[in-house]
Amino acid sequence: MAPWNGPLEKIDEFRWRIPKSYMNGMRVDGVIYADDKMIEDIRSDKAAEQVANAAFLPGIVKYSLAMPDCHWGYGLCIGGVVATDIDTGVVSPGAIGFDINCGVRLVKTNLKEAEVQPKLKDLVYALYNDIPAGVGSKGDIKVSAKEERELLVEGSKWVVDHGYGRQEDLEYTEERGAIKGADPDKVSQRACERGKNQAGTLGSGNHFLETQVIDEVYDETAAAVFGLEKGQITLMIHSGSRGLGYQVCDEYSKDFIRCLSKYNINVPDRQLACAPVKSEEGKAYLGAMKCAANYAWANRQCLMHLARLVFEKIFRISPKDLGMDLIYDVAHNIAKMEKYDIDANEKVLCVHRKGATRAFPPEHPELPAKYKKTGQPVIIPGDMGRNSYLLVGTKKAEETFYSTCHGAGRRLSRSAAIRACRGRSISGELEKKGILVMSSGRETLAEEAPEAYKDVNEVVSVVTGAGISKKVCRMRPLGVIKG
Amino acid sequence: MKRYEQFSHTADIGVRVFGRTLEELFENAAFAMFDIIADLDGLKGDITRDFELTAPNYEELLISWLDELLYNFYTKGIIFYKFEVTLVSADLINAKAFGRAVSDNRNRLKTEIKAATYYNLKIIKKDDYYEVDIIFDV
Repeated sequence: MAPWNGPLEKIDEFRWRIPKSYMNGMRVDGVIYADDKMIEDIRSDKAAEQVANAAFLPGIVKYSLAMPDCHWGYGLCIGGVVATDIDTGVVSPGAIGFDINCGVRLVKTNLKEAEVQPKLKDLVYALYNDIPAGVGSKGDIKVSAKEERELLVEGSKWVVDHGYGRQEDLEYTEERGAIKGADPDKVSQRACERGKNQAGTLGSGNHFLETQVIDEVYDETAAAVFGLEKGQITLMIHSGSRGLGYQVCDEYSKDFIRCLSKYNINVPDRQLACAPVKSEEGKAYLGAMKCAANYAWANRQCLMHLARLVFEKIFRISPKDLGMDLIYDVAHNIAKMEKYDIDANEKVLCVHRKGATRAFPPEHPELPAKYKKTGQPVIIPGDMGRNSYLLVGTKKAEETFYSTCHGAGRRLSRSAAIRACRGRSISGELEKKGILVMSSGRETLAEEAPEAYKDVNEVVSVVTGAGISKKVCRMRPLGVIKG
Repeated sequence: MKRYEQFSHTADIGVRVFGRTLEELFENAAFAMFDIIADLDGLKGDITRDFELTAPNYEELLISWLDELLYNFYTKGIIFYKFEVTLVSADLINAKAFGRAVSDNRNRLKTEIKAATYYNLKIIKKDDYYEVDIIFDV
């Protein structure tokens, strides 16, 4: 593919501007967070063009943003952040993504690497066997149509009340695992059907469940608040709203194409179809999106519960001694209504994050009491061969609507990754590095090979260098379950 | 004539689909999607499903058709491998799809496609055939 040759003006060491003069119809500039090296990767596909396309969205405030892990998607690029004024602006399903509330959670344990290593194989096999993953998999939570509606409104709480986890898990989940305003009447029968058997399933592709060890601590004080130290074992879960969310996005993307002419909106890509936030259509989508978001929190809650049972079984330790407390669960594909000072006026903005993580600073009112001093935990998974990070939000991230990166970000297409891995055993290569991987999809390991991704260490050094997040600790994978 | 080919897309899967007629283009797009989802080689089935779909234009009709099949795959558990499409008018198709139950063939499944997207979607008429690029979110 020819590299993108549109204008990228260097603002400073970590930021690049696409001036709004680039395309007739852009309402604001585009701003991409990257260093000199990463911007070359970003130029190699069409992510920057999609940053510019998103600048067409009515009511967009300040700029159309992309994080250093951004890459080519559909509609808005992956890694994109777009904030719109709720009075004059729009909401766009294509700027959130099909996998509504795709997100990550990080769970601590009281185990040390030395205790886990002798049983690592058993642990990875048991996680693989006990946690439904892969295309077409079904979860062990069976809900009636009535119960599914309850789940869509109550999210994590519903599954906790039904035995999947503990009340205190809710405290450490964004929105306590249930965003208000979810309206099941706005979720189609078909979406409910696609979601019915999938609660408690990991999914496939880049979704995973990973046992890790903390190999570096950067901020001892914050790490102590989270109960983390070097050598400790953590568990990370990456999944989303499964078929239910995909179907919601699908149907509203289609309906919103009609809104473009109805509301006289000009966007350069049909996948950026949108409707005014306060229109009937906009409100309906948000009511459905919140249902899908709640479903995703419930899903990750179930997955964590299943993983806790596996750890208890393998290590024969009581839940109390195992100490598998949820550190945090945060979405990276979602739209949220948040207050910002814009030109000295407090405004409520609809912040679309698609492959970007909310990163609230210390003292933010929405943080759990325990995290008021540290700032919001931001969980950044890397590829399965390198590292993952725990970061925290900063005051400076106000410039990105309190948003930061969400992962390493893909570099190679799936087919290019498969070609690059032909004749190689990815699991064998990883095993030599001390990492056990299991996957239900035949080609998943090649598609998800470490070299298919940017180096998460570089991505994190951009967001910390730019000051929009701060490092707490780094994890190294030990055992990975892929869908 | 080749039915489809994959092209590189960083995050998702892109296919360029070909067809001598619009009908064939629709059939081949559906085949491409299920060829990504599952190993269709030698698959024989006993299930048929009939569809009647409407949309304001060919492009949206194409995505509706693919979405309809995906919905049936995920909720009814059918892997489709053969398609017969009749374009009744610019906004209406009748179609028949042939498939087999997933339950007997779970080991054939390869990739979870979340949805077919509208991204840069345009059906192009060449001299004696049609082509379209489709991005699937996976």
